[in-house]
Amino acid sequence: MSIRTKPPPQPLWGLLIVLYPYITGLVAGAFIMASLVRVFRVTALEPVYRLSLLTAFAFLLCAPLPLLFHLGRPERCLSVLITPHLTSPMAIFGFVYAWYLMAVLLLELWFDYRRDLVEWSNRTSGLRGVLYRLFTVGVTDVSEPALRLDARIGRFLSIVGIPSAFLLHGYVGFIFGSVKANPWWGNVLMPIIFIMSAMVSGIALCVFNYMVLTWVRRRTADMRCLDVMAMFLFYALVLDAAIEALDWIHRVYSAEEGFVVMQAMAREKLFYSLNVAQALLGTLLPLLLLGGIQLARQSVPEIWRRRIYFSSAVLIMVGVLAMRWNVVIGGQLFSKSLRGVMSYKMEFAGMEGWFMAAFLFVLPFLILTVLIKLFLPAEPPRWRRRCSSGCSGLNDACRPPAPVQAERGGR
Amino acid sequence: MKPRLSRRTLLGRLSALLAGAAVLPAVQRAKAAVRKILVTANAPPGYDPADHKWVMAVDAHRCIGCGLCVEACKQENHVPEGPYFRTWVERYILAKPAPGSGEARGDVHVDSPNGGMHGYPASPIPAEEIQHSFYVPKLCNLCHHSPCVQVCPVGATFDAPDGAVLVDPKHCIGCGFCIQACPYGCRFLSPVTKVAEKCTLCYHRITRGLRPACVEVCPTQARVFGDLKHPGPDDPIQKFYRKNRVQALKPHLGTEPRLLYAGIDKEVR
Repeated sequence: MSIRTKPPPQPLWGLLIVLYPYITGLVAGAFIMASLVRVFRVTALEPVYRLSLLTAFAFLLCAPLPLLFHLGRPERCLSVLITPHLTSPMAIFGFVYAWYLMAVLLLELWFDYRRDLVEWSNRTSGLRGVLYRLFTVGVTDVSEPALRLDARIGRFLSIVGIPSAFLLHGYVGFIFGSVKANPWWGNVLMPIIFIMSAMVSGIALCVFNYMVLTWVRRRTADMRCLDVMAMFLFYALVLDAAIEALDWIHRVYSAEEGFVVMQAMAREKLFYSLNVAQALLGTLLPLLLLGGIQLARQSVPEIWRRRIYFSSAVLIMVGVLAMRWNVVIGGQLFSKSLRGVMSYKMEFAGMEGWFMAAFLFVLPFLILTVLIKLFLPAEPPRWRRRCSSGCSGLNDACRPPAPVQAERGGR
Repeated sequence: MKPRLSRRTLLGRLSALLAGAAVLPAVQRAKAAVRKILVTANAPPGYDPADHKWVMAVDAHRCIGCGLCVEACKQENHVPEGPYFRTWVERYILAKPAPGSGEARGDVHVDSPNGGMHGYPASPIPAEEIQHSFYVPKLCNLCHHSPCVQVCPVGATFDAPDGAVLVDPKHCIGCGFCIQACPYGCRFLSPVTKVAEKCTLCYHRITRGLRPACVEVCPTQARVFGDLKHPGPDDPIQKFYRKNRVQALKPHLGTEPRLLYAGIDKEVR
């Protein structure tokens, strides 16, 4: 079949729109990671609780940037909030985003940090002290009942946060899944696939961040925490791989109208990013590596476990990025009449170029570095250390226990 | 045990429902009024969009692929240079099956170089091997249930009461969602204005009693245009519907295109 219809010059949604669901997914995943501690009381993960929250926050701040920069008329972006068209999946983004940022993440962080902010603002001078004092918003009550209330509100926000995180990212999946004009996108499973891959990539990011942070601080990572993180990462990856496989089995088996063009894409245009990066390196290899460790954790020495966790996390993050690429770019490489494919030539400069994309991906890490400098001291503050009597460390009268490895790098 | 649905809550909910039902028509009226204002902003004073229902139809039997419609559209609507089209013409060449292949049809060749504006190169399939060949003009399908309107995050694109699907270029944020959602590839992001652009049925012309530029220049009357609310004597649209068995593109998507075709083939999507 020879074809030369009217192809658009380039895919309309480029690299920035690849980055947008990727970053949003990392936010959702990192938040779920944090709620494992707060809601499901997985105490082994305490060392990464605050790091995950800060990660989610840093990435959430950057999440709308790719979307904003890709708009034809970015100066009109507020119209989405002022005159939202309620049948559009995209119109709700502003609200979901605002809800998640303001009502969930920011509040949870504030309630979790309130006591530290008060203490730090008392102990620190200079610009940093002013910052801490600003962040307390003038609330300096750190009495036992107030702290108990903080903890309760924090847990409640976490519980609200889980469906919100699902909403934030499931909704991003719906933006693509609702496009019935495009057989590559229009798919009921899309929101679920996006949620699952978000969790996987978010947990992988937390593993990555935790290991890099401990390395930078010349500490040893808490092995129990890492093992548990890797376990959750493995099970999330199993679920994610199962649902994505189901999606593909359904596509191949039902072989609907767009199947021929999809086949051509998987064999040619997306061969490396789909088969190699997403399926083989991003899913299968980490599944084998992490699954192997689940089976024989005791017989693998710590150093090797650490190496495997780190490389699996990196592989998974690359794999999920490839998945976003395959969805966003792949869905635009064939014409609307399902005839003919085109190529995507990435540019270096310009709004949609890879320099811009790289900058937007590095930006949240820079923000996270500043946040860690400010809010995640290498030694957890004395008043936050858990005491052996199990009073959750809120009681100042308790004698702080000797610092153990488990508490390094976190609270 | 306390009943779960007390009289008080039931009454409360019922009255809320009633209030909602009372407000709904008002909201719809307001929406219609806003649409009317939006439309009349582009139309001459005195034009009532509620009094018309414009529609186009394509008789592919008649199209000779001259590309005049594409050129007229580009000029009339200042469509940007390059691969940007509000309307374009595709050429379909269906080859005979190879002898003994057991197939009903051979290869399918589809092209539309530069939207068909300056004609087509010689057929890559030799004349004696061609089973069918024909031209299909494409443009906005004027859907009853337009996915492009549904997905616009700011409501910049809308169904005008007179049947045109329009974009408010002063409100569009250029996100491109409508372009992705259009199943027929009829929209593009203007490289000049950076907002979505599409066929308006030459709104500035039809609201002044003229026909769209593409219809005006078509030498074979392959494009038929008319007002369903005011069928004239010997109305071309009514005649088209009477004479032809028609079909729409991609009917399985449920968009219910109002643009209907005569004389196309299953290969046309």
